[in-house]
Amino acid sequence: MDLSIDSGEFLAVLGPSGCGKSTLLRMIARLSPPDGGRIVTEPEQFQTAFVFQDASLLPWRTVLDNAALPLELLGSGREARYAKARAALAQVGLAEAEERYPAQLSGGMRMRVSLARALVTEPRLLLMDEPFAALDEITRFNLEVQLRDLWQRRGMTVIFVTHSISEAAFLANRAVVLARRGGKIRLDRHIDLPSDRTNDLRSDPRLGHEMKLLMGAMEEE
Amino acid sequence: MKKFLPPLIPLVVITLAVESSVRSGFVPSYLVPAPSAVLRALINSRDELAAAMAKTSAAALLGFALSTLTGIAIAVLLSSSRAIQRAFYPYAVFFQTVPIIAIAPLLVIWFGYGMKTVIASAFIVSIFPVIANTLTGLLSTDPALRDLFRLYGASPAVTLVKLRFPAALPQILTGLRVASGLAVIGAIVGEFIGGQGLGSVVDVARTQQRVDKVFAAVLLASVLGLALFGLINLISAVTLRRWHASEQAS
Repeated sequence: MDLSIDSGEFLAVLGPSGCGKSTLLRMIARLSPPDGGRIVTEPEQFQTAFVFQDASLLPWRTVLDNAALPLELLGSGREARYAKARAALAQVGLAEAEERYPAQLSGGMRMRVSLARALVTEPRLLLMDEPFAALDEITRFNLEVQLRDLWQRRGMTVIFVTHSISEAAFLANRAVVLARRGGKIRLDRHIDLPSDRTNDLRSDPRLGHEMKLLMGAMEEE
Repeated sequence: MKKFLPPLIPLVVITLAVESSVRSGFVPSYLVPAPSAVLRALINSRDELAAAMAKTSAAALLGFALSTLTGIAIAVLLSSSRAIQRAFYPYAVFFQTVPIIAIAPLLVIWFGYGMKTVIASAFIVSIFPVIANTLTGLLSTDPALRDLFRLYGASPAVTLVKLRFPAALPQILTGLRVASGLAVIGAIVGEFIGGQGLGSVVDVARTQQRVDKVFAAVLLASVLGLALFGLINLISAVTLRRWHASEQAS
């Protein structure tokens, strides 16, 4: 596979189960070593964040302490990390919930805490591994709009792995479809949709057109 | 009250049934004492029993505390590498199968008559469940969370303190619940052979055919076990209240 990703891109990675989408993400995060080949980043070191399939929160910590965790691990002081965690929670609309525990939140709220935790370090690169797959559709739609909005305001690079064609077309500026085996790229497409994306776009025929193209590439196998 | 009433009913019924069958001569009192006789033994020998209870409690608590600390430390060590785990875990399992009653005389040779032997006995019997449960807990950390800690460069020590240990707490407390009861058993067994306390009261009363006193001492030993169990439940309720399903019923 030969894939180069520009800074500030919103890239969706689609493909059948087991094609290596998640592995690709883990290799970019340097959580797994590649079998061969190289992953080159420019600059070499920068802050990366990862959002997992499940919210993966620490259940014994409050929402605020969960959102502040990355800064705590990176060694920043108490005041600074709480201020930044509060700001990140406000960005995902959870300012009111900071004293609550994960068990007291809905699935959508937990995922928003997870998103706030990822944003708290102001990462240059945000890696997301099917983060909304377990949520109900309305919650997912709203989170997608929110994520798109956050991306536009913060100018970070997002790599979003998903198995949902509609999600990929709705969110991304560029979508890549991987083949079942061998890490080949079947389709690499610029998504031709307006940059402001609201839930109104979901019934737009242009979105349907993009989805059809992506589906075509997925079905070819 | 609703919680306490159901177990109270069988207690009253069985106590009354035993009392009446002993009084009527259906069951000879040298085999099973009447509950009233046990109560009388508790009152008449209260000083001796209180002193014995204090000794057994101290030894059981110390043995339990020792197995908690050592057991958790060993589990942390075992969980740190697969090789260490393979090399040493079988011995921990072997340790558990050693019958305490058979090695208690050996403990007397090593530690002499007295509290040290009793503590050692309580410790040996109660350490394995702490090791096994803590190890399971430490090894079942959510892999996504481990990745998260790696992503932000957390050291193994930080990951242990902030992630693996708290995540294992429910299992650790399960181990402690089992160990608390075993520590009391271990202390009593130790006292049979080489110590002072409820165990030796039972042993002496037995040779004197004082079944009422045997039952009184056994009753106190059970109270001790229940108290320890209650203590762990209290700790569990306080620490897990906010986040673990086991403490969130109702």
